[in-house]
Amino acid sequence: MKILGIETSCDETAAAVVEDGSRIISNIVASQIDIHARYGGVVPEVAARQHLLTIIPVISQTMTEVSWQDINGIAVTFGPGLAGSLLVGVNVAKAIALAKKLPLIGVNHLEAHIYANWLDSSPPGEKDRVKFPCLCLVVSGGHSDLVLMKGHGQFEKLGRTRDDAAGEAFDKAARILGLGYPGGPAIEQASRSGTPCLPLPRAWLKESHDFSFSGLKTALWHLVHKGEISVADAAASFQLAVVDVLVIKTIEAARQLKVEQILLSGGVAANKMLTQHFLANSPVSVLIPPPHLCTDNAAMVAACGYYHLQAGKISGYDLDVVPSLSLG
Amino acid sequence: MESLKLNSHSPEQTQLLGSYLGELAQKADVFLLVGELGTGKTCLVQGIARGLDVREYAFSPSFVILREYHGRLPLYHIDFYRLDHIEEIADLGLEEYFYDDGVCVVEWAEKGLQVVPQDNLLITIHYIPASQTGRSICLKPQGERYYELIEQLKKEKELWP
Repeated sequence: MKILGIETSCDETAAAVVEDGSRIISNIVASQIDIHARYGGVVPEVAARQHLLTIIPVISQTMTEVSWQDINGIAVTFGPGLAGSLLVGVNVAKAIALAKKLPLIGVNHLEAHIYANWLDSSPPGEKDRVKFPCLCLVVSGGHSDLVLMKGHGQFEKLGRTRDDAAGEAFDKAARILGLGYPGGPAIEQASRSGTPCLPLPRAWLKESHDFSFSGLKTALWHLVHKGEISVADAAASFQLAVVDVLVIKTIEAARQLKVEQILLSGGVAANKMLTQHFLANSPVSVLIPPPHLCTDNAAMVAACGYYHLQAGKISGYDLDVVPSLSLG
Repeated sequence: MESLKLNSHSPEQTQLLGSYLGELAQKADVFLLVGELGTGKTCLVQGIARGLDVREYAFSPSFVILREYHGRLPLYHIDFYRLDHIEEIADLGLEEYFYDDGVCVVEWAEKGLQVVPQDNLLITIHYIPASQTGRSICLKPQGERYYELIEQLKKEKELWP
């Protein structure tokens, strides 16, 4: 069964075709194609208009190797995200579903991130490698959620960030340190030549599974403005502080809840130190999608849509965007 | 009309100011926030959310640019942090939020002063040198509605040490 996934919730315009919720047939993210050459001039990075310009070429490119007759459903992100951006994807999905007489499947972007763990499993075809109940850490620019997943479509939110998301913390730290954008890879790169020797606080919030990174960001600001420090050491110290909190709190929750597995997802899951610390310390196995499936893409939307369709969860043509949608 | 200047000594005090603003807020109010990373802009918005009886926890919208919360009035929490060109901000179609029936709070507002309503409350937050948690906060009313708001807020000032 093949699902066409569409994703326009934030910066990326993406489409993908995934078979049986696992095998990626095609997977296109707009930044991979030469938009500037195609439309001429600089195109605003964050804009519904940008999605509008890009969505059809992206879908066409996704479908070059696939026949429409082989598609069994259209999955689309309907939240959370920016309303105008989400609307582009949802309306295109509706139009295609209507024209091709295919089921329309509205997908939660955060749930989709988790389903990146079902994609392109190795060894190939190992469909049941995810064991329930599992604990999902979704860490991206906009979110840091800890979610208990008891089965397909069964989520219970345990914790979330109270201020900055982990990816956002990396980005803001990079700005404080005068490193480039995006901040995650910039901090990771700078950390390689530094040692985590500077004292930075960790917000443990012992009473809950929530996260907080704004105090850490402010502490870094003070450290940088107090005097001479090595940017590499500051980057390494900051990275370790974020990784410590994410790893220790998640593993603590995994022990408490006696889960079978930990699933990482979201752009921050591409951070090598984070994945190494998880693999070294977790009492249960840890699944981590490859980096290009951690960041926003439509393959994860298609994978998630497949399981919705299997469960008979189909959306009506009145599907609306929900900008502040949460999970569990 | 003079600006109102206050010092906050803790995140809790910044939130308290926010909650008064939230309680006094009316529909179509626009609060602009200007201040360096880590000065407590999101913290102030959390207070505003509380003052508006928003039950969810307001957190930073830097990546998604806008988060919507529902309290006594809708709260549109907007953040220009990631936007570096005025065209990007103009492209977002935020007018429908600014002139809607909710309250708009805009972080990193200085990046988009050309596209926000001219009548607003401009809130600037600075670090107080040599203090970890101290912040100086300046509230500058721009337009009749906000002169009135500042007058009301002054009555609450005794709650500030």
